[in-house]
Amino acid sequence: MDFILEGLLGAVKLLLSGSGETYSAIFTTLKVSTLSIIASLVLGIPLGFILGYAEFPGRRLCRTLADTLLALPTVVVGLVVYAFLSRRGPLGELGLLFTVPGIVIGQTILGLPIVISLTAAAIEGLDQRLRLTLLTLGANSRQLALTSLREGMYAVLVAAVTAYGRIISEVGVSMMLGGNIKWYTRTITTAMALETGKGEFAMGLALGMVLLAIAFTVNVLLSILKMKAEP
Amino acid sequence: MLVLAALLAIQIVMLGASLSAGAPVLRMATTTSTDNTGLLDYLAPLFQKDTGIELQWVAAGTGRALALGRNCDVSILFVHAPEAEKKFINKGYGVNRREVMYNDFIVIGPKKDPARIKGLSVPAALKTVTHKKVIFVSRGDDSGTHNKELSLWKAAALPVPDKKKWYVQTGQGMLATVNVAAERSGYTLVDRGTYIKYESQAQGNPPLVILVEGDNSLMNQYSVIAINPARCKGVTYNYALGFIGWITSPKAQKHIADFRLQGKQLFIPNAEK
Repeated sequence: MDFILEGLLGAVKLLLSGSGETYSAIFTTLKVSTLSIIASLVLGIPLGFILGYAEFPGRRLCRTLADTLLALPTVVVGLVVYAFLSRRGPLGELGLLFTVPGIVIGQTILGLPIVISLTAAAIEGLDQRLRLTLLTLGANSRQLALTSLREGMYAVLVAAVTAYGRIISEVGVSMMLGGNIKWYTRTITTAMALETGKGEFAMGLALGMVLLAIAFTVNVLLSILKMKAEP
Repeated sequence: MLVLAALLAIQIVMLGASLSAGAPVLRMATTTSTDNTGLLDYLAPLFQKDTGIELQWVAAGTGRALALGRNCDVSILFVHAPEAEKKFINKGYGVNRREVMYNDFIVIGPKKDPARIKGLSVPAALKTVTHKKVIFVSRGDDSGTHNKELSLWKAAALPVPDKKKWYVQTGQGMLATVNVAAERSGYTLVDRGTYIKYESQAQGNPPLVILVEGDNSLMNQYSVIAINPARCKGVTYNYALGFIGWITSPKAQKHIADFRLQGKQLFIPNAEK
């Protein structure tokens, strides 16, 4: 018990002392996770909407595919993207491996299926009477789509929170694509893996607490948004 | 639609990239020992001050570091597995190998030394470990240390105890592996630099102590290798040469000699003039 207590005390001290290393990892995490979630939402909401709203051949297959990708382990994403981004890979010219954008690509791929799948499910789950009512009121197809999207906003927010949770907590993608480079691509989770491996539990705990705090803050902010979005 | 989406994604990513432009960057793959001990944290700012080049490193076992070099994903290697390095160069992957520094490997184990290997030669110690089936923790990750360990089993005329219950392969970095050995009260092979770091973490009273040392076969040579620019277009060969020149210079060699933890020197510089 002393051991854990010591770790916690060390964690608090470390955070208060403002260690540059710790804050660099925190800042990197915020940067990559924000960019990743924006990219996931910008790409995922329209795709999810189409998947849930439109009728087209192969729709069921796409849906199953998106749902399967939900369970994709982060290391698999890391490995596949690594193969593409490596200098020997097809996108090697861009020099994205071991960079922040490299991690963002991997994390976007991780977040994307969640956003697509949950958005599609939300749109599918809308009350069918809404559509009929709108049609009887003489809405055109554009108005119909926009109203459906607005009605599904609450569920899309849930999708965003879920995707953010997956993005901010993953370690496989950040480690493989970022390389855990100090001051540069070291994120909270890769720093935690490293510090714990080195036996620096105080540092690991401190970072874990920050990660929890970030997740908590994001959830509070979004629950406020959700309350506003509710009719 | 998907193509459009992909293009958009790349745009966003590029935006992210442009936010983090700065000093010229030399990317290195290195072993966990140079990173774990803090040596590179200490050398990198000195290097940047002298040359203006920012050193960024990915710490991996030597095996993975060599793979990163083979894939042209880094411009320079700082590793410690001479045999593997020579193969690497013979295949044309690397150029300009220069020796930088050395220390030695040691066999550490629990203070009580249940298998009684203290003071034995390396082959005798390994034989005793095999005979008594005490926990032996291996890196198991194709790192320089792991390569050395495999060669020691070979030199002792023993098969590598790959599937034995008492032979624990962690697949992790050096300090992580030492910590596993400590938790399991086992023996392990470690480079002295990492051990001193471990000792300093344990406030000078570590559960694992040095039991076998001083054998010629335990020498641990570190070298730098530039990635062959003729093979890899993307590498920053000039910066790599800059680092090689710098780290083998008398000034940087003295920095290495001055690097101490708890008053103990971790690496002995030995670059040829």
